[in-house]
Amino acid sequence: MTDRFLGKAWVYGDNVDTDVIIPARYLSTSDPAELAPHCLEDLDPGFMERMAPGDILVAGSNFGCGSSREHAPLAIKGAGVSCVIAASFARIFFRNALNIGLPILECPEAVKGIRSGQRIEVNLAEGRILNLDTGEVFSATPFPPFLRELVARGGLVPTVKARLEEKRRNAR
Amino acid sequence: MARTLAEALIASRTEDHVEPGAICRVRVDFAFANDITGAPAIAEFARMGAETVFDPARCAIVPDHFTPNKDIASARQVQAAREFARKQGMLFWEVGRAGVEHAFLPEKGLILPGEVILGADSHTCTGGALGAFATGVGSTDLAAAWALGETWFRVPETIRVVAEGKTSPWVTGKDLVLSLIGRIGVEGARYAALQFEGQAIEALPMDDRFTVANMAVDAGAKVGLFIPDARTLGYANKRAARPFEPVFPDPGAKYAQTVRMYASRLEPVVALPHLPSNVKPAGECAHIDLDQVFIGSCTNGRLRDLELAAAVLKGRKVHERVRLVVIPATAEVFAEALKRGFIETFLEAGAAISTATCGPCLGGHYGILAPGERCLSTSNRNFVGRMGHTGSEVLLCGPLVAAASAVAGRVADPREFLGLDEVPKGGEEE
Repeated sequence: MTDRFLGKAWVYGDNVDTDVIIPARYLSTSDPAELAPHCLEDLDPGFMERMAPGDILVAGSNFGCGSSREHAPLAIKGAGVSCVIAASFARIFFRNALNIGLPILECPEAVKGIRSGQRIEVNLAEGRILNLDTGEVFSATPFPPFLRELVARGGLVPTVKARLEEKRRNAR
Repeated sequence: MARTLAEALIASRTEDHVEPGAICRVRVDFAFANDITGAPAIAEFARMGAETVFDPARCAIVPDHFTPNKDIASARQVQAAREFARKQGMLFWEVGRAGVEHAFLPEKGLILPGEVILGADSHTCTGGALGAFATGVGSTDLAAAWALGETWFRVPETIRVVAEGKTSPWVTGKDLVLSLIGRIGVEGARYAALQFEGQAIEALPMDDRFTVANMAVDAGAKVGLFIPDARTLGYANKRAARPFEPVFPDPGAKYAQTVRMYASRLEPVVALPHLPSNVKPAGECAHIDLDQVFIGSCTNGRLRDLELAAAVLKGRKVHERVRLVVIPATAEVFAEALKRGFIETFLEAGAAISTATCGPCLGGHYGILAPGERCLSTSNRNFVGRMGHTGSEVLLCGPLVAAASAVAGRVADPREFLGLDEVPKGGEEE
């Protein structure tokens, strides 16, 4: 996974819930390719026609609140969004995003300092957010070491896989 | 170190050091998904290279969201869930014998005091009513718990909610929890544990406790915990599917915050669009006309809810402009409501009644809204488009306000219809 992104910002408000990220009427599938065309459909109709792969979502506090549906980060990732920057994330969305490998950054200052349409550069490893249009630089809240390791191992799936293999070896 | 209930529960299932902010590897007593979240969990389980679940008696899929299957795609999701459950030998129930997961699983004694419960559904926190550390996760986390029988938690800070005094009979658990969310906001408890205490909390019947715990997540909380008491144990002992050991907070535990509520000041309320925190007294919203009223869901589809709704609807008719949809949350609730005459009351009042399903709560089926339509619902979320078209509106309330409003055709305070002695008392038979 690359950890540098360059894209246009799409800025939204507080409490963007998972129902508007991917409405329940599309939850008869969990295929990101089928979910993606409906990403943010009930928040910003036409988002998918206007966005370009690599673009960055910027939102206020409590992003991803509500339903636990993992379909929400899957739809965002499937849509080609490179990264979500929010003032804060709802806890289930936070875990889900890390688990499926959708890059997220918590940074209230960046949210205040970015407008829709501005070009943003993100260095994920350093947690650095650069507003190319204003020259402002922001530092995201670093994840705790446990989560940094989880992400570095490629998320939860490879972690569990390794644990299961270790268990099997020990059982032999 | 003295522990809050959340800390004590985590400590009972981990070898790691437990304090707020610490990351712990925690054993899981029970792990479940539903028909929507099951599909990705099954896929991730395979990607993890897992072959068997850690204990089939402690793993379940409850088909409740789009069931009875609403279309071919939903039928295929349930089919895949059923096949996986059969292959694993894990718990699975067919439509007609099951119910809305957070009402059904406690009823089956599968969520018990002192346990750690993981569910791939945000309202898994309902189990906190029993004093279980029950919390919602996504499908990948759930798959990991199926494979390993454990998960990781960041130990949450605990916010203590103390409700002193006595509520009026028209104030339900839903009015209490909506009033709380109205006060602290939809992220007022983000990442934190809520721990409910006080005279008004202890007085709540079990079904109202489930309602309160259910909406902890809608204040952003990880869990919403009740301290087990005689009522909890009475409920759990009668139903327990396995032995359990209740866990209690220590005296002198440190709380990040204490929120005090004065129960006598609480009123029947509604949450206006589009956030559960947008709370107003029902009596101040009498100008709001309605197209539909929904009584049901994991929040308010239990027997006590139907009993309260039936008390209002007995001998009355649903307003001619309004559709009332009533969905008992489980087969057991339906059967008992039938026995007690509540179902007959609903039918005579002009309600539509369905077998257990999440149905309209999340805009699945059985009561989807057209543009411009407004629904008053006993469910838990009133987000944009939650129950249908983005141009529709959802208001939230408890069963008394819902039933009163169905009759009035507009938002109504139950005191318009029920006198002080006419509200059925709850909790005696638990």
